[in-house]
Amino acid sequence: MYCIEDRFLMSKCMPEWILTLEEQGWYPYVTGTSVIGIKYKDGILMAADTGGSYGSTLRYKSVERMKVIGKHSLLGASGEISDFQEILRYLDELILYDNMWDDGNSLGPKEIHNYLNRVMYNRRNKFNPLWNSLVLGGVKNGNKYLGVVTMLGAHYADNHVATGFGNHLAVPILRSEWKEGMSFEEAVKLLEKCLLVLLYRDRSSINKFQIAKITEEGATIYPAYSLKTFWGFSAFQNPGQFAEGTW
Amino acid sequence: MDPLHDMNLDAPHSMGTTIIGVSYDGGVVLGADSRTSTFSCWFRVISALPPPGMYVANRASDKITQLTENVYVCRSGSAADTQVVSDYVRYFLHQHTIQLGQPSTVKVAANLIRMLSYQNKNMLQAGLIVGGWDKYDGGQIYSVPLGGTILKQPFAIGGSGSSYLYGFMDQAWKEGMSKDEAEKLVVKAASLAMARDGASGGVIRTVIINADGVTRNFYPGDTHPLWHDELEAQNSLLDVLSSGGAACPEPMST
Repeated sequence: MYCIEDRFLMSKCMPEWILTLEEQGWYPYVTGTSVIGIKYKDGILMAADTGGSYGSTLRYKSVERMKVIGKHSLLGASGEISDFQEILRYLDELILYDNMWDDGNSLGPKEIHNYLNRVMYNRRNKFNPLWNSLVLGGVKNGNKYLGVVTMLGAHYADNHVATGFGNHLAVPILRSEWKEGMSFEEAVKLLEKCLLVLLYRDRSSINKFQIAKITEEGATIYPAYSLKTFWGFSAFQNPGQFAEGTW
Repeated sequence: MDPLHDMNLDAPHSMGTTIIGVSYDGGVVLGADSRTSTFSCWFRVISALPPPGMYVANRASDKITQLTENVYVCRSGSAADTQVVSDYVRYFLHQHTIQLGQPSTVKVAANLIRMLSYQNKNMLQAGLIVGGWDKYDGGQIYSVPLGGTILKQPFAIGGSGSSYLYGFMDQAWKEGMSKDEAEKLVVKAASLAMARDGASGGVIRTVIINADGVTRNFYPGDTHPLWHDELEAQNSLLDVLSSGGAACPEPMST
């Protein structure tokens, strides 16, 4: 009887379901952090920073993590950028074939969400995931739709969604302050509130954001911009005054 | 819930090189060091292997490799992986050029590099910078790091030595440089990286690609500027003493 305890040897001869993904050689390298999405009066608003981290280094600072899909949808992604780029290639093909029918119909956000769910879940079952959390939002025939698909193939839809750190920091704010039928201005302000919190508290975030909008008329990805940060709390001035060495 | 929290955030490991690509109005300048060090091995093999990552196997390698007449690639990471990837891409581009009837675009070359890097991401260790010139979009630089992401950038840095250049490039790179300014920047940056990164060193090679063609330059160690704590090179201590430069230290007694 032999017992192989050397995990390197195991990685060469044992099935995928024994080894962790890292042991099989699947690592995320260039990653994007949170994406936030909310429904508002005219459609969907989505926000993400333009950073591509490489481990702990903030390596790339102009990565567009939200793209327009077809006529009715916006896709935002966090996680491995190369996998997001591959998903965009799959969707290009999907939309092309849809257009080739030339029948006046076009894939809406619900259909794209479902397609992405199938792709992500099937990859997960083969232990070869696309390392992303996706936010898919859109409007078709007056109906607003906002959903998420994760790298494990879990999917859901809601009035407000977020990925990564956004789940922990932005969603509580949105649960408290989101309301039905917000104006564009109110919605942008709410997203910016979340983005600022993420900037303060998420190590992988950078101060360069993009907001994207999709309405019945069409989609707009606004140019990248930075937010002012606040450091003027008196408590920040000399925190070690009465407790030397404190942090 | 989100696997982003499960991963080791500091996972990616550096590669023994410094590679740089800078675009300017009219073309691109690619640069690299020339050191190839031995790769660390996790097998417990009983043999006289050189210690991992410490022996300089080649002190004058050429890491800037031609893909087509107008497109070159800077290679970092595993020497074997990057050689084989660039060989495949050179082969594909050769056929593509014949079919197209004109020189391939930089974008196509970069996307072929991306395709191989992405499809073999779990086996390859290759960080590549593709640079070139074509008549449609002029000089372009594309970064293809580990994992197979493709990103078009005005300038790019890669390899283990690049860690020392993020701050430098943030400050020193400016929009609208001339060819000479761009090359000076590349040489200065590579030189700074080589001063601090043990895995980078040797000579600096640059390749300038523009509408007029390709120019290769070679900057050996004695032509680099001296940085902090570095001394002027001498032939021997005897020369230092005889020139009477430094005060001759008194012999110590007791």
